[in-house]
Amino acid sequence: MRVVIMGCGRLGSTLARELDHEGHDVTVIDIDAAAFNWLEDDFRGATVVGAGEDVEVQEVAGVPRADIFLALANGDNRNAMAVQVAKHIHRASRVVARIYDPERAEVYRQLGINVVNPTTILDQMVREAAFATEEPDRQTR
Amino acid sequence: MYIIIVGGGKVGRGAARDLIDMGHEVCVVERDANTAWSINNELGEVALLGDGAEIHVQRAAGMNRADVVVACTGRDQANLAVAQTAQTRFNVAKVIARINDPRNERIFQALGFNYTISATTAIVNAIEQEVSAGLTRLTQLRSTAFVLAEHVIPSLAPCVGCTVRDLDLPPHTVLALILREDDEPEIPGPNSTIHAADVIIAVTQPEHEPALRLALTGES
Repeated sequence: MRVVIMGCGRLGSTLARELDHEGHDVTVIDIDAAAFNWLEDDFRGATVVGAGEDVEVQEVAGVPRADIFLALANGDNRNAMAVQVAKHIHRASRVVARIYDPERAEVYRQLGINVVNPTTILDQMVREAAFATEEPDRQTR
Repeated sequence: MYIIIVGGGKVGRGAARDLIDMGHEVCVVERDANTAWSINNELGEVALLGDGAEIHVQRAAGMNRADVVVACTGRDQANLAVAQTAQTRFNVAKVIARINDPRNERIFQALGFNYTISATTAIVNAIEQEVSAGLTRLTQLRSTAFVLAEHVIPSLAPCVGCTVRDLDLPPHTVLALILREDDEPEIPGPNSTIHAADVIIAVTQPEHEPALRLALTGES
């Protein structure tokens, strides 16, 4: 599948590498060219320097022809705008946005966007780790 | 009315100043402490320090009772976020968004935000208007397919001395106003006469502008 990822930080670069290894056609967008250092040398996908919410940058990155667009940059506003540009202007069939703020995540869900909210997921995991019945030490070792 | 302005830069602060003068209740949400302090210094305690795209800040600003929200930061992604949360989360009746990069006009329109202000586009249009002689696109009317066009009638134009009825106007075009030096503006009827140096304000569509130019100036 053709996948465009906006944001080449820890999450974006990890996903880009994995999807590339699995044989997908991956393009990564980041506003900072230095971010592409997160990718390994054997990464076969393409990289585009630019603001991922920019309608023309998305065009260069091939969003109009992509199967999946993932907005994984650091700002909620940026990610939200980017997936909506991909969806409403480039008619991307599947988009996912990372939104840190749980309340805003709810707003964008109402607007029909696939949202992943790390805060609620981590909240849950931290609770489980903290209140687990096994000896806490065994989990960290 | 209660008006919340997100972004206290030159635009937001100017709007706040005018709206307060008009007697409205105004809150300016500004994330830079120095800017917020300076706004309070000038306009009284109207500034709220915080990121106006954050829902908890919007709540603190009383967005649930706002009649109008103006999103006018220097970042379009923030303005879009403010506009969408104001509408979706707080049911604000009127949301006005500033667009900094004209290329972002498409997404705001696609998402149904018809009250947008694009300073860059306005300035570019004004420059075009000054640079190009003759018929000029002035303003797009809301998000319709119509524009306001302005034209000065050259002294040698074929239509000088003709009535409006005689003009070969393209479809979807109406002459709205004739401005004359040393005379009252006239709303033209079929029998109004066109004089040299008249300024004609017309409502038309972009694709009919060349035909309108030809009809009024004889130039293509």
